Amino acid sequence: MSATPAAVNQMPREHYLNATYGIRSWLLTTDHKRIALLYLASVTFFFFIGGAFATMIRIHLLSPKGLLVTPETYNKLFTMHGVAMIFFFLIPSIPAVLGNFLLPIMIGAKDLAFPKINLLSWYIYLIGGCFVLYSFSTGGLDTGWTFYTPLSSVYSNSAVTPAVLGVFINGFSSILTGLNFIVTVHTMRAPGMTWFRLPLFVWAQYATSIIFILGTPVIAITLLLAGLERMFHLGFFNPALGGDPILFQHLFWFYSHPAVYIMILPAMGVISEIIPTFARKPIFGYSFIAGSSIAIAVIGFFVWAHHMFVTGESTYAALTFSLLSYLVAIPSAVKVFNWTSTLYKGSISYDTPMLYALGFIGLFLIGGLTGLFLACLGLDIHLHDTYFVIAHFHYIMVGGAVMGYVGGLHYWWPKITGKLYPEYLARIAAITLFLGFNLTFFPQFILGYLGMPRRYASYPPEFQVLNVMSTAGASILALGYLLPMIYLTWSMRYGEVAGPNPWPATGLEWRTPSPPPTENFEVTPEVTWEPYDYDNRPDLGLDVSGAPALAHGDD
Amino acid sequence: MHRTGELYEQYRTLEQQRETASLGMWVFLSTEVLFFAGLFMTYTLNRSTYPDVFSEASKTIKLWPGALNTVVLIASSLTMALSVWASQVGKKKLLPLFLIATLILGTVFLGIKAYEYHDKYVEHHIPGWNFNFEPGADAATNAHAQLFFSLYFGMTGLHALHMIVGAGLLIWLLRESLRGRFTPEYNTPVENIGLYWHFVDIVWIFLFPLLYLIDRH
Repeated sequence: MSATPAAVNQMPREHYLNATYGIRSWLLTTDHKRIALLYLASVTFFFFIGGAFATMIRIHLLSPKGLLVTPETYNKLFTMHGVAMIFFFLIPSIPAVLGNFLLPIMIGAKDLAFPKINLLSWYIYLIGGCFVLYSFSTGGLDTGWTFYTPLSSVYSNSAVTPAVLGVFINGFSSILTGLNFIVTVHTMRAPGMTWFRLPLFVWAQYATSIIFILGTPVIAITLLLAGLERMFHLGFFNPALGGDPILFQHLFWFYSHPAVYIMILPAMGVISEIIPTFARKPIFGYSFIAGSSIAIAVIGFFVWAHHMFVTGESTYAALTFSLLSYLVAIPSAVKVFNWTSTLYKGSISYDTPMLYALGFIGLFLIGGLTGLFLACLGLDIHLHDTYFVIAHFHYIMVGGAVMGYVGGLHYWWPKITGKLYPEYLARIAAITLFLGFNLTFFPQFILGYLGMPRRYASYPPEFQVLNVMSTAGASILALGYLLPMIYLTWSMRYGEVAGPNPWPATGLEWRTPSPPPTENFEVTPEVTWEPYDYDNRPDLGLDVSGAPALAHGDD
Repeated sequence: MHRTGELYEQYRTLEQQRETASLGMWVFLSTEVLFFAGLFMTYTLNRSTYPDVFSEASKTIKLWPGALNTVVLIASSLTMALSVWASQVGKKKLLPLFLIATLILGTVFLGIKAYEYHDKYVEHHIPGWNFNFEPGADAATNAHAQLFFSLYFGMTGLHALHMIVGAGLLIWLLRESLRGRFTPEYNTPVENIGLYWHFVDIVWIFLFPLLYLIDRH
């Protein structure tokens, strides 16, 4: 801290956390910041459920014949891991927690456009979650998270119906969040907050919301049809009754591929906020990063059939989808190049959020480039349904989306709680997470390339070394997740008081007290500056004339 | 509960509040379009795979109730549009009348739909264990006809569900309009529910030819 010593900082007397008390004031709140915390608690709960299944999978795979469970149970473990993590953790994580908390503050609004709908979305999420937990605890689910028919609609003996209903219901929570965000960005911006002054995090949330409202209804109707098929013995997707299982896959991936961008786009938004803050520089190529978010969302709708190269589709369709899948790499690369250009000649400080952001860039790069392997028609025949695919999408979803989420939680934690977390411990956790992650998933690229198929409960003995490495990595990774859980919770009570702008950063959210008051700003702010403009912000107390300013943690 | 045109605390101006509500409805309707799109896709694919059975199955549906329903629904769109107009120009006595007319037409539609469903029940054309397309039809024809009727019930059922939700919204609008809540300055709910009602009508405009009129020329 160069301008104000930390000792001067005091918690504001009244803020959103202490404005009202009691369980009703939380369960019936329409304050987007409180709803964000409700989401934080519930997605963390599902993260641990999904994590528990992952732990069992990794323990089971320690030995070639399988150590822990029967093959039937193993099918349930990876299915329930996927369903819990994708639908109930990854998809809502950044939008519903960080997006909910930050979007209105970042654009200078008092709340989202529809606060009651925002609360409704959380309750819908909970109801969907209850259905899925009911399925998990009464026979489990063994169809794979993809619910492919006719396995899910005819042959599976597990509790498919409640799970399908749960995911169906949960979809409406996503739709309502997306609707709220789109309308909020259009109509609730503060005076002077033009579209090209929006923080890049907001652009990313906007792009994500487009996928929410246009993609989610398709999975909703698809799962509804599959559920009806199972309940009433109908034939939409059942070849024995004249239906078409390939149609299910098309409809499923029409949502579920864009859903990958629902997970990664918001994380990219987080990284676009963190990088300029800790490089003390305006972001390089603002409009290109903003535009590439929209481009990813739009192109992302036209690549779904690359999941089906070996399922059966015409060569021309496969060629087209392969080409389009390559195209989506371009806006992704635009972002990576712009982040690295922002770092160039920046005055970089390695605070915890920055460690996550740098980790993100590296891991996303690997995850993205291996995606090109899979988009290649010939190579995909070799790699399809192997651990290479598993490693690829975990690099995107865990290395990308979860790193972005945890990094973002650290970056905005002082804003959310008003307290600083222990920096030294946090850096250790970030490095632990990075190392544990790579040790877990890098061996899986090799395993997949050597031909180990996914979803099998056993494997040939020569794959054991790599599998043991992966399990060892997973235990380090678990530690990397537990540490932040502990010290972030600890800091809520015992952490040092953060002050309004501890990093310091340029966004509107840092110009209101931490934690913010219920109405976010005492007076509606008027925006007269360009985004990330470190050169023209004397109010931040940075010395921009000569030597790089001392960063938080360096003093 | 907020009264006539009161400003909710998250907005700065009434103009902003109006714009926000209207945009919210349009975004919601775009979601609805994609929601029905999955069904239309399934229909299109199956009809192109089994054109003959779909045409035969479609001909077993009586034409007149569907045609009558189309007229009823278009008429209800007119009365809904008149409701929006009445609220905009401040005809406080006319507004409830038009809303009641819309509600009655919507209910007539649902009644005729129920009559049609009953027909299907009598003919064993409801998909499931008791489905039987025609006496003597082979297993494949039976299965493919069942696909048609699954889609028929899926599509018209989802549409009817939207009608029922719409009727509920109309009842609420009616109550509020009788309290004189809507003025030329504040009529966003009428306008938004009007948009919703027209959307549901348009869905039917597509459903009617797709389900009732295959090869009937």
